[in-house]
Parts: sequence; C-alpha cells; structure tokens
Amino acid sequence: MIVGSVFDFGTFISELMRTYPFFIKAAIITIQLTIASILIGTVIGIIFALLKLSPVRLFRMIANGYITIIRGTPLIVQIFALFYGFSQIIMLSAFWSAALALAVHNSAYIAEIFRGAIQSIDKGQTEAGRSLGMSEGVTMRRIIMPQALRRAVPPLGNQFIIGLKDSSLAAFVAVDELFRTAQGIAAGTLNTMETYIIVALYYLLLVMVFTVIVNEVEKRMAKSEK
Amino acid sequence: MKEMIRVEKLNKSFGDLHVLKDIDLTVNEKDVLCLIGASGSGKSTLLRCLNFLEIKDDGVIIFEGDQIEPKTHNLNEVRQKVGMVFQHFNLFPHKTVLENVTEAPLMVKKTNKATAVKEGKALLEKVGLGDKYHVYPSKLSGGQKQRVAIARALAMKPDIMLFDEPTSALDPELVGEVLETMKDLAKEGMTMIIVTHEMGFAKEVADYTIYMHEGRIVERGESKAFFEHPKEERTKEFLSKVL
Repeated sequence: MIVGSVFDFGTFISELMRTYPFFIKAAIITIQLTIASILIGTVIGIIFALLKLSPVRLFRMIANGYITIIRGTPLIVQIFALFYGFSQIIMLSAFWSAALALAVHNSAYIAEIFRGAIQSIDKGQTEAGRSLGMSEGVTMRRIIMPQALRRAVPPLGNQFIIGLKDSSLAAFVAVDELFRTAQGIAAGTLNTMETYIIVALYYLLLVMVFTVIVNEVEKRMAKSEK
Repeated sequence: MKEMIRVEKLNKSFGDLHVLKDIDLTVNEKDVLCLIGASGSGKSTLLRCLNFLEIKDDGVIIFEGDQIEPKTHNLNEVRQKVGMVFQHFNLFPHKTVLENVTEAPLMVKKTNKATAVKEGKALLEKVGLGDKYHVYPSKLSGGQKQRVAIARALAMKPDIMLFDEPTSALDPELVGEVLETMKDLAKEGMTMIIVTHEMGFAKEVADYTIYMHEGRIVERGESKAFFEHPKEERTKEFLSKVL
C-alpha cells in the first residue's frame, strides 16, 4: 500500500469488515457514555431550570452563575479538569469522569431548554391549578412539568444528539469509545482516511437511530393529547 | 341570611394604575351576583382578589367569618372553597376530561380514586358531558370546554363559585349551553359571583347586579330594579350603550 494515497475503496471495505468487532464494542461504550451523561445531565438541568425560575434571588444567581460558567468554557477543558483535577480528590474512573463532565456540560443547555419550555406554558394553567387549591409544588409537578416536558422533547432530542457526538472527546481521557478506538486502529494500520470515515459512519448510524427514537417519542406524546 | 364574603375598602394597583378603589362588597350565602362594566373597570381584578390570584394592596377580605391575610393564612385551603371559572377555560390539555375533574380532589384533598372518579363522572353527567370522560380537551368545542371547567371547579365542592367572563371567548351559538349550566347551578343554591357582558343573563338569573366604572362600584341593586330603573347617571349611560 502506498502511504499518501488519500482514500482507497478496497481498503475501506476490507477495513470495514475487519474492524467491526472493535467498533461495536466501542459503540456500546459510546452509547453507555451518552445515556449516562444524558440522564444525569437532565436531572441536573431540571434542577437548575427550577432554580433559575425561583422567586428567590440567590437561587437565580446560583443558576445563572452555573450556566454562564459551564456554557462559557470548552467541554474538553471540563473533561480534563474533572479527570485530572477532581479524580485526585475522589477516585473516578476515566469513564465516569468523562460521563460526569459530559453530564455537567449538557445540563447547562438542558437547563435552558427546560426553562424555556416551562415559561412557554400559558399562565392560565398555573392559575387554574392554584385556583383549585393546589400548592405551587403540586401545580408545577402535575400541571406545568408534564406539558413543559412535551414541549422540550424536540430541543432535548437535538441536545442529546450533540451530546452523543461530544462523547467522542472522552477519547482524550482514555475512554475506549468509538473515536479512541478509531485513533488506535488508524495509528496501527496507517489507513487514516478509511478508518475515520468508518468511525464517522458509526456515529452517523447512532445519530440516525437516535433521531428515529426521538421522533417516535414526539409522535406518541402528541398522540396522547388527541 | 349568612354572610359569605365581605370586602371592605379594598384597594389594588398595578404599578401606577389604580385598578380597585375602596371597594366595599358583601355577598351572602346563595346570592348570585353579576359584575358588569366596561373592560378595564376592575371587575376581573376584583374577582381575582377574592381567591387571591391577585393580592390586594390594602383593605379587608372576610371569607366565612375569617379575615384572610396572605401572610398568615394558607391560601391553598381558602382557594379550595372558592371555585373559579376562567374566560379561556384553562383546562389541562395533557389530561382527559375526567382527569381534569378528578385531579384536584386526588392531589389536594387526597380523595380516594374510586370516589373521585365516581363524583367526577356524576359532575360531568350533570353538565351534559357524560359521554366525554376519556376525551382530551382539544377535541371539545368551547362550550363543552367551559362546562368541563365548571365541573372541575365543582369537584372541589366549593362554597362559592367565581366566574370570570365565562362566555366571552365562546362562539355566539355556544354561549347558551354554558349559561344554562350556570343557571342550573344558581337554582341549586350555589353562591356565585359572575363577571359578565351577558346583560340578559344578569337580569334574569342574578339576585344582584353591580356596575363598576374606573375601579369603583357605581351602583348595586336587585337585578330587576337595577336594569329597569337604574339610579346613577353613569349606570344609565352604560346600560343604554349595551342593551
């Protein structure tokens, strides 16, 4: 093989057939990383959305500070900070420090998604709940949140897809997910272009599956109101 | 006759706008009272002050003998006894008709499910929607939505019902069915305060009618006399425009 050939279709096909056991294993780690970070990120995000909407000024300031810092710093810096910084205090595996960094990063965006969705619910809904004697908490939990959640599904789906692709940065703290696996294979075979196109296809496939799931959830939620 | 609500020297401002000026009002048990007046006269704000969706600036609100202060009273408990029907229905779109009606009894009063469902169905039956239990609000007409809203408020077994322009958002042909439901309620002896532009309804159904203008109560009278022989010039002027 001539080094310097940009792309060779034959190599691409043979590498695709040869490497799939590695990539499937790696894809599972990518999926785990994504799901863990999305679930944790959503919980943190909802908490900060509620803090941001709180009548207590201190809570709003905390939420604003958190969101500003997290959105204002690069994800790769956050991953490194967590992996090399916090792991000296609390032992965190590479996987969990990456998952937590991704969760924290996503949570800032998810907080804004929920804040917007909650604020978009008509004020009359809150008034109806309160006029029936429901407390603020019950009104939020039973009346506002279920409606806000529905409205949040499309932007959340979008954020989840971003989160899936961002999980590739976990490669830099040695999590054996898709991208790191590709790096390893490319370094070993020198089939750089072919390998990265293969890994791109895995990401694309995951994103497409994800999109189908999000669309399905959206459709089901719309249906239940009809 | 037993007094239900008494309001003394109630004032409310939104910023620089003085919406309610020294309102005095007494409503006895089983009274049906209509509030009329031009938009911006403060009638809706007055109604909303009575269940504390708006908090008064000063004045006294006495409900069933208790002077209610937002700082010292649990307003959630007061509101359970004060039903409210809104101009835009404000039904919960993510819940079925029956769930709309049972939600508050289940979550607030902790009524057991079977009882809440049974009572909810009976109420829906009463407002003529016995065939719509499991339908979502988006499938209903405006008149049906408002009747569900009435049933939803009644499910808490309130002592008084407040109606904030309940027919103003309805197509003309749907107004009648909602007014009929309200008329039935009045006949059963429900205490009601109704902000409305339906003068015919006020005259026929309400015991008393109040005319408000620029945040003040201009005239209060027994409905028949109020409409046939208004005393105040401003009331006459208003009625001549709307009748």
